[in-house]
Amino acid sequence: MGVLGEAFGWLTTGANWSGDSGVWRRLEEHIFVSGVALALACAIALPIALYLGHIGKGGALAINISNVGRAVPVFAVLALFMVSPLRNSGSVPTIIALVLFAVPPLLTNAYVGMREVDSAVVEAARGMGMSGRQLFVRVELPLAYPLIMTGLRSASVQVVATATIAAMVGQGGLGRIITAGFNTYNTPQVVAGALLVALLALLVEGVLVALDRVIDPAPSLAARPSRTTV
Amino acid sequence: MSTQGCLAANDWICGEYLRSRSQELIDATVQHVWITAVSVVIGLLVAFPLALLARSRPTFAGPVLGLTTLLYTIPSLAMFSLLLPLFGLSAGLVITGLVLYSLTILVRNIIAGLESVPEEAREAARGMGYGPGRLLWEVELPLALPALMAGLRIATVSTVALTTVGSIVGRGGLGNLIEDALPSFFKAQVLTASVLCVLLAVVADLLLLGVQRLLTPWTRIRPARTSRRKAAPTGPAGAVKAVG
Repeated sequence: MGVLGEAFGWLTTGANWSGDSGVWRRLEEHIFVSGVALALACAIALPIALYLGHIGKGGALAINISNVGRAVPVFAVLALFMVSPLRNSGSVPTIIALVLFAVPPLLTNAYVGMREVDSAVVEAARGMGMSGRQLFVRVELPLAYPLIMTGLRSASVQVVATATIAAMVGQGGLGRIITAGFNTYNTPQVVAGALLVALLALLVEGVLVALDRVIDPAPSLAARPSRTTV
Repeated sequence: MSTQGCLAANDWICGEYLRSRSQELIDATVQHVWITAVSVVIGLLVAFPLALLARSRPTFAGPVLGLTTLLYTIPSLAMFSLLLPLFGLSAGLVITGLVLYSLTILVRNIIAGLESVPEEAREAARGMGYGPGRLLWEVELPLALPALMAGLRIATVSTVALTTVGSIVGRGGLGNLIEDALPSFFKAQVLTASVLCVLLAVVADLLLLGVQRLLTPWTRIRPARTSRRKAAPTGPAGAVKAVG
C-alpha cells in the first residue's frame, strides 16, 4: 500500500502538474488528439452507417469491420505509423490510428441500430405517406438512437485507451507519465499516471452516460441494456 | 543482392530478416501464444462461476456486470501499470490484466447463453430426475455453447491483440519485437511482428470455430435461418446477410 501513498504524493506535488511534460500539458495533448479523432471518426462512420442502414445494404461490411478492428493490435498500428514517414508529422499518426479504431464500434452499432428498427413501424410510416427522408429523420434515427450512443460510448473509451498507448511509441498524451515512470523505475509515478488515465476514461464514460440521459429522444427506451455484438 | 541489401536498406519486407531472426520470432510467438492461452483459460475459469452466481442470485447480477464493464473501461496501459506494485515486472502482471479484460465479454456471453436455454428443456430434464449439477452439465451447458463460444472467440481475438501492450513490462510476446524495433525504425521487424500478431488472432479464431463445430454437431443439422429473424424482409431492399 506504500506505493499508493507515494503515488498520491506524486499527484499532490504541484511541480508534477506544470511544465512541458507536466500533467496539464499531457492532459491537453490527450484531450486534443482524442477530440479531433472522435469528431473525424463520427464524420466518417455515422453517415456511412446511417445511409447503409437506411437502404438496408452492406451488412457484411458493417459487421466484419468490427471483427477486423478487434484483431489488429493498436500498438502495432501505432508502431507501423511511427516507422513510416508519418512520424515527422506531429500527432497525425496518433490521430489516424485513433480514427481507425473508433470507426468500427461507431459503424457497427449505428448500422445494427438502424436495421433493428421494427419493420412494422417502418411500414406504418411509409403507409402514412412519409418520404424516405422523413422516415429517416422522424422514425429510424430516433429509434436507432440508443445503439448509436452505445457505439459512441465504446468509440470514446477506445479512443482514450488508444491515445494512452500512443505514449509507448513516443507520442504525447497522459500515457507519457506512465512510460516516463517506467523508464526511470519510478513506480509511484507509473501508478499515479495510471490512476489519471483510468480516471479520465471513467469520466468520459460517465459524461457520455449523463449526456445520453439528457438528450435521449425516447427516454423509455433508455433502459435497454448496452450490448456487445455477439 | 537484394536479399542481402534489404536489412541495410531497411525495407518493409525482408527475407533476410526472416531467415536470420527466425529463432527470435519463434520465441516471441511462443511467448505470445502462452500468455494469451493462459489468460483466456483463467478468464473462462473465473467468468463461469461469476456468471452462475449472477444467474442464481439476481442481486449479484448488477454488481458483477457493472464491475466487469467498469474494468473494461480502464485503458490497457493503465491497467497493467496499476498492477505493477502487486506483480512487479512479470508475466503474471500481463496475464492478470488480460484476464480482467476477458471477464467482461465472457461473463456477458455465458449469462446470455444460459438465458437462451429453453425453459421446456429444463423442465423436461427436471422431470427426468436430473439434479441441478447434471442439468447444468448435460443440458444447459451444451445449449449455451454457441453463445459461450462466440464470447470466447471475441475474448481470444481481443486478448491476442492486447498482449502486445504487455511489452511495457517486457512480457508482450510479439509486442516486444515491435517495441525493440522502434528506436532504430526497423521496418521489417515492426511489420513482420504485426502481421504475425494478426495471423495469430485469425488462426485462434478459426481454431475455436472448429472446436465449436465439433462440440455442437446438432447446430449443423438445423436449417441455417433459425438465427435470422431480425432482418425480416421489409420494404424493397434485400435482407441483410449474417448480422451477428
